[in-house]
Amino acid sequence: MQQVANNHEHGHAHDHEHGHEDHEQLKVLGFWIFLVTDCILFGSLFATYAVLMHSYAGGPTGKELFELPGVIASTFILLTSSFTSGLAILAMNKGKVKELIGWLVVTALLGLSFIGLEISEFTHLVHEGATMSTSAFWSAFFTLVGTHGVHVSVGLFWMVAIMMQLRRRGLTPVTRRKVTTLSLYWHFLDVVWIFLFTVVYLMGVM
Amino acid sequence: MWESLKEFASWFFVTGDPLIYGAMVSIALTMVAIVFVLTKYKKWGWLWREWLTTVDHKRIGIMYLIASLLMLFRGGVDALLMRVQLAFPNLEFLHSDHYNAIFTTHGTIMILFMAMPMMFGLFNMVVPLQLGARDVAYPFLNAVSFWLFMFGAMLFNLSFVIGGSPDAGWLSYPPLSQNDFSPGPGQNFWIWGIQISGIGSLATGINFIVTILKMRAPGMKLMKMPMFSWSVLSSCIMIIFAFPILTVTIALLYLDRFAGAHFFTMDGGGNPMMYLNLIWMWGHPEVYIVVVPAFGIFSEVVATFAKKKLFGYTSMVIAVMGISILSFFTWAHHFFTMGTSANVIAFFAITTMLIAIPTGVKIFNWLFTMYRGKISFKQPMMWTIAFIPCFVVGGATGVMLAVAPADYQYHNSYFLIAHFHQVLIGGVVFGYLAGIYYWWPKLFGFKLDEKLGAWGFWLWNIGFYVCFMPQYALGFMGMTRRYYTYGWDLGWEPLNLVSTVGAFLMGAGFVFQVWQITYSIKHGERDTTGDPWNGRTLEWSIPSPAPFYNFAVVPQVKELDDFWRVKEEKANGTYKEEPVHLEPIHMPKNSGLPFIMSFCWFIAGFGFVWEWTWMAAIGMVGVALVMWARSFQYDTDYYVPVDEVRRTEASLGRVY
Repeated sequence: MQQVANNHEHGHAHDHEHGHEDHEQLKVLGFWIFLVTDCILFGSLFATYAVLMHSYAGGPTGKELFELPGVIASTFILLTSSFTSGLAILAMNKGKVKELIGWLVVTALLGLSFIGLEISEFTHLVHEGATMSTSAFWSAFFTLVGTHGVHVSVGLFWMVAIMMQLRRRGLTPVTRRKVTTLSLYWHFLDVVWIFLFTVVYLMGVM
Repeated sequence: MWESLKEFASWFFVTGDPLIYGAMVSIALTMVAIVFVLTKYKKWGWLWREWLTTVDHKRIGIMYLIASLLMLFRGGVDALLMRVQLAFPNLEFLHSDHYNAIFTTHGTIMILFMAMPMMFGLFNMVVPLQLGARDVAYPFLNAVSFWLFMFGAMLFNLSFVIGGSPDAGWLSYPPLSQNDFSPGPGQNFWIWGIQISGIGSLATGINFIVTILKMRAPGMKLMKMPMFSWSVLSSCIMIIFAFPILTVTIALLYLDRFAGAHFFTMDGGGNPMMYLNLIWMWGHPEVYIVVVPAFGIFSEVVATFAKKKLFGYTSMVIAVMGISILSFFTWAHHFFTMGTSANVIAFFAITTMLIAIPTGVKIFNWLFTMYRGKISFKQPMMWTIAFIPCFVVGGATGVMLAVAPADYQYHNSYFLIAHFHQVLIGGVVFGYLAGIYYWWPKLFGFKLDEKLGAWGFWLWNIGFYVCFMPQYALGFMGMTRRYYTYGWDLGWEPLNLVSTVGAFLMGAGFVFQVWQITYSIKHGERDTTGDPWNGRTLEWSIPSPAPFYNFAVVPQVKELDDFWRVKEEKANGTYKEEPVHLEPIHMPKNSGLPFIMSFCWFIAGFGFVWEWTWMAAIGMVGVALVMWARSFQYDTDYYVPVDEVRRTEASLGRVY
């Protein structure tokens, strides 16, 4: 944050040289604010879930259907992907484009397997007779977990786009900013998942 | 084949009401006329290059303004239709279903498609100029916001001729808004019109927060920032916290309707009361989102036209920012009568009353600014002065409603209707009108005619009291909102008739204002100085209309009301002329992508409305492709050479 402010004051003096870098910093700040709004979005879904978490309406409960081993596996996969996206940033700071792209590929593969596990979990649940329309509890469950899954999927497409741009253009102020915002987004989804894992799955099987 | 086509048409289009057939014909004729004029004068290219693809905040502001005035017209016609229906007992002017649809669209349009865009229009027209900036932080995103709003509004308004209007009230409470009671696409139009434009509103909130925090001219510390920009900051902070809740709430409602989910249903463990809580967690901040910028406008106008520094600037800042926090703790006062515990009710009654404190502070600040000032009664000032008593009464009745035990008497009666119209018209509409009159010359280079404006002003004001004062009484007499008719035996007819007359007076006021605008385009007083009102803030230091890059030289700010300081120093000879050094100006390039992306959202929205998954999928893929394409676009800006800046400035009468 400090850096953002400094660069900005700088910028007016030499609009020329720093115009672009300034602008990139501005976008990072905007992205932080976007994450605030996304936080509220998930907050609303969590609140909804908390209200409806015992409204089974005679249908199956989470305790009956959740299979923790799979969920724990996907939790570790997502946490690891957060770590590898951090390694990607370290590679970027060292100016190593190839290493950066390599870590992004690892991150994306981990993200993809997370999504794969989630899809198979949902399929399993539907087979067991728990769908969106089974009860308020399952509506809230699928919406909350699904919204997180959609976020991760969007992040995967975004990651592919950025890897392509990195190959084409290497490290520029613009691509650096894009990698930075992407990794912010990825860490954010990780944090959301930790809450999700705790509130939905752990409290669900307790 | 023919038969099935006919069947489809009668299901797809709204049929059976002569009023709607008339509207369909007039819409079709207007569209043909627009296409004809654009083709005849070969203006399609101009429209695309200069407007549909623009990222210039001033042009986007103008488009917001035009759209919001159109929506004010539509919402106003809805209001007049309702008032005609209620003018006498047992009228059969509107069918009950039609009446339900009209009060629903009136409320939705006035808040979301009139007040919001008019507010965003003012943000866009004024904030960068006031801060000494060349554009907003994200000009491209700004265009995205506008087009999302525009296509969302079009989708919503389409419901009127295709598929049928929503009719479950402006906030569409379940279970009424669920499939059982509101089958068909009408309710979905409400959901998706708001959802699409809501994404745009959220983006605008982010955009202006960053603009205000990071794009101020050098030297403009936060506490030297003009009051309007402060109010915009407050409003945008509320937007980023409130709008995601709206997004979630109506998405869940759609899931209930589309996917058979049980969030707000009566069966399956759903909880309709949760919808009320969620929607008002957005809804109550929303009314502060729209009214706080009006407070900012009054602050600017009062200081300018009383020719005095704003009284109590610091307390004003604290008040405005305090409201942005308090506004999130009052939502349950919208349903005191729905059976929460006494403690909860007491909490929300007290927080609601607390809001009156910062608001009172502001009222006194404006009065003290006027005190001993040399007030010039120009149009912006007229609206400001009219606002004060109106808002005080509206606020006081608000505190009456906040008294929870008494609220059991007023709840959902015409007393409530009168109260919120008094704060929304007296506060928001009067405020935005003051702002439009005030900043009009900066955007268009001429003033709006005073004489026609005075007609509009008096008709609006007299009409307002004639329309809404009787409604307070009607509320006490037992008339509740959303009645489509009433009998002779209730004794409500005299006051209802008076109220209808008042509504038409306001309608006449609006007609005068439209006349005023069209008249002034040709005959309005031209502003050649750039400072028609003897203003105090930076926007008045540049020519009118402002050139596309706003400031040829980025101003150096020393004080609050810095332009006033410069003028004073020039007058008493202490002003030090600094050598001016023009530099190339960094500007964003125009782009058609915001328009195309929002159009794709419109397609997707239309698919969602009719529950045609294939169409929704096509639209969403379109949205994704545009975002993908934008990500690969690197050539998005350019520099305006010094020569061009010099030439432009010279043509506006400023020599560098």
